[in-house]
This record gives sequence, C-alpha cells and structure tokens, in this order.
Amino acid sequence: MIGKGVKSLLVAAFSLFSVLVFGQGPDFHDKHIADQSQKEEKREDTRKFDANEVIFGHVLDAHQFHFMSYNGSDGRVHHVGIPLPVIVYSAQKGLSLFSSSKFDHGESVYNGYLLVTPEYKESLLKRGYSEEEVKKYRNESIIAVDENSVPLENVKVYDLSLTRNVVQMIIALALLVWLMLSVAKRYRENGSAKAPSGMQNLMEVLITFIRDEVGKPNLGVKYNKYMPYLLTVFFFILINNLVALIPGTANVTGNIAFTLVLGVISFIVIMFSTNKHYWGHIFNPPVPGGVKPIMIPVEVLGIFTKPFALIIRLFANMIAGHIIIICLISLIFIFGNLSAGVGWGFSPVSIAFTIFIYFIEILVAFIQAYIFANLTAVFVGQAFEGSHHDADHHADSVIV
Amino acid sequence: MSLLFVLLSTVPWANAGGAIGAGLAAIGAGIGIGQIGKGAVEAIARQPEAMNDIRANMILTAALIEGVALFAVIAGILSMFV
Repeated sequence: MIGKGVKSLLVAAFSLFSVLVFGQGPDFHDKHIADQSQKEEKREDTRKFDANEVIFGHVLDAHQFHFMSYNGSDGRVHHVGIPLPVIVYSAQKGLSLFSSSKFDHGESVYNGYLLVTPEYKESLLKRGYSEEEVKKYRNESIIAVDENSVPLENVKVYDLSLTRNVVQMIIALALLVWLMLSVAKRYRENGSAKAPSGMQNLMEVLITFIRDEVGKPNLGVKYNKYMPYLLTVFFFILINNLVALIPGTANVTGNIAFTLVLGVISFIVIMFSTNKHYWGHIFNPPVPGGVKPIMIPVEVLGIFTKPFALIIRLFANMIAGHIIIICLISLIFIFGNLSAGVGWGFSPVSIAFTIFIYFIEILVAFIQAYIFANLTAVFVGQAFEGSHHDADHHADSVIV
Repeated sequence: MSLLFVLLSTVPWANAGGAIGAGLAAIGAGIGIGQIGKGAVEAIARQPEAMNDIRANMILTAALIEGVALFAVIAGILSMFV
C-alpha cells in the first residue's frame, strides 16, 4: 500500500536509527579524567538540584537523547538514553566520527576530545581557572584537551555532529514525507471519485484550511504558486512543535538557528515575489515631501523587521512554553531541596499546573505554525499587490 | 556614598531588570489580549452567525500580541546573560 519510494525512505530512516542505537565501534578509551578526588564525588549524584542546569539542559541541544538518570545499586549514576554520532573536525586530527557514548556523559576523554559538562566546569574552577574563563565553555560542547584534561585554547574544533535536534528534524521530515506521499497516492489512485478515508480526512481538513484561510485571501489568484511552500512550512513547524512536547525529545523549534533559517527562506520567497510597485513604495512612499526622509529609512528597515519578527515570535513562543513546563516540574525539586516532605506535598499542585500548561502548549503548537504560514502569505501578498486604484474594489476577500 | 557603590556592585541588577521587564511585558500582553477578547465577544453577541470568522481573527491577533510580549521576555533574558 505504501509506494516504493516511501518504503525506501522509511528503510533509510530506520537503518540510520539502528546504526545510532546499536552501532558501537571498537573501544579507544583514553585515560579517564585524571582528577581522582573529583571522580569520587561523581560516584553518586549527591549534588543539589540546580534548576538552571536542568532547564538549559532540556531546551538546548545535546549529543544524546537523554531520558532519565538514576543512582544505581553500585553507587554510580546510570543514564538511560540514546547516544548519537559525533562528527568533529580539527586541523590537527582531521575528521573524527564516533558515538557520543565514548564520552561517558563527560567522564572520559576520547581521541583528545572532551564533552563539557557542569562537573567538568567545576573541576576547572578547582584547578584555578577564573569564573569568566570557565563561562566561555558551553555545556555539551566538544573541546580539544591534552592528556591531563586541560583545555587546549588554540585548537579550533568544528562540531558537525548529528545532535538530537538534527535527528529529530530528520525523523519529522520522514514522518511528513510519509504522510503526504501516502495521502497523495490515495488521491492519485481514486481522484475525487471516492470519499476520503483514514489519514486523508485529517490532511484534507488541514490542507483546505491553509488553502482557504491563508492562501486565497492573501495571495488572490496566484495562490497555487505558493501553496507548496506554505503547506511545507506549516506542517514542518507543526510536526516539530508537537513532537517536542513528548518528554525526552529535543526542542527543535525553540532553537534560534532553526527559526532563523525558516525566516531567511521566507524572506527569500518574499523578495522573489516583489514587483516594481513594491519597490516604488519603499523608495518613494506616497507621503508629503517633508516626511519622506524619515519614511524611507523606516520603510527600508521594515523590509527586514517583518521576517525578523517571524523568527523571534516562533523561537520565543516555543522556548518559553518549554521553559514554563520544566520550571513547574523543577519547583517540586526546588522545594524538595528544602525538605523532602514539602517536595512530595507540592507535587500534586505542580503536576496539575503542568497538565494545564501542556494543553495550552498543544494549542500554541498549532497557532504558531498557522501564524508563521499566515504572516508569510500576508507579506508575500503585500509584495506583489498592484496599485490601490482598482476601480472594482470588492467588499470582501477576492473570490477565486 | 561608598555604601551605595557597594550596594550597586553586589546586587544582581541585571536579573532584577530582566524580571521587571518581563513582568511589565506580561501586563501589556494581558491588557492587549483582554481588549481583543472584549471586542471579539461583543462582536459575537451582536452577530452570532459570524462567530467562526471572529474567532479566527481573534486567535490570530492574540498570537501577534503574544509575539510582541515575548520580544520583551527575550530582551529580559538577554539582559541577564549578555
């Protein structure tokens, strides 16, 4: 029932996933971190709950999918997760490809590379580095170190790894392509002669929604040219937003780099739809002569603020939602730091709030995807609209 | 006077500034979205058959205002870390 192209895509995605999970290379472990006393502390995770570290550990990128950690019966901290491939390039060592499990969550040095963790930063502070020097190292970044785990300042490491954001984007991509191709195949076989069935029902609702509420009102007769891009951006953002709500997954849309790229692509689409009338309005706005020197810089700036607002709006909404959810759960542990009883007593309240916020976040996931697509369509429509002196002004939106 | 300088250097003003900024943004967003809701509900009361159009526009405008409020939140967070 699934086409051959879709099947090979699924096979490719599944084999990538299996290689990530099961493909462990031979063991090239270097020495563990030399500082023995620090290793004793890490045996059992008795550090106090650091909300800052937990929150940013969840919303930022990482080299593995991390589901949980627990203090095992042998006293060590066990992590449950899926390690992802690390691809680093440095001028000295060339290209290295290995699994991030070789780093042992920051405990081991591998091939001269080290994963920066809060424990490593604390060990640097103990060795005499100042606060500002330690602050330069971001958590979960890979740095070059020598045999004693001292960071090498002048070695530039280019991190090209498949981090969890990238893997989640690939999974969302495979899901999106599979959904759309299977629905398209159903239409190709039966056309409009047969009533929609299964996934077609849901896709039809969403696609006609985008076509009728976003495409036609803003783009008029030319809506068909832009529908592929609007639908792609809507569904990609929607799927990434929804998948990020599952605990353990990565926060893709709350990443400024991701939304930056989407905003730049929208900007390029808008720029390619402009016509002479648009640039005439920018450089010769229809305002009194005295105001023109003020209006022209404002109009030029307005070209860039519109995609910039798209970028920041999506990024801020998604990351704020995730931070709220994590903060509400962290409140249990912050109170637990005071006393265990208060922590337990507060958990029903915190979980109730979290469930409430989760419903709002599902709504926000849909709304933000819709807003991004809608505003892109509005800006494209503004870019190619003709002069305003049409004799036959319709009272309502263009009837296509 | 030296007490003032000591106070200015030890109190984390950036954190306080960021938090106050975010709080003010929340007030602004609350007032703005409240007025949208008021207008939308009154319009639905006047013409119940237009409910779907009004609801779609209300959600769209509320998301735009929320975007502006989150600009201010991001500015507050940046003030803490930059």
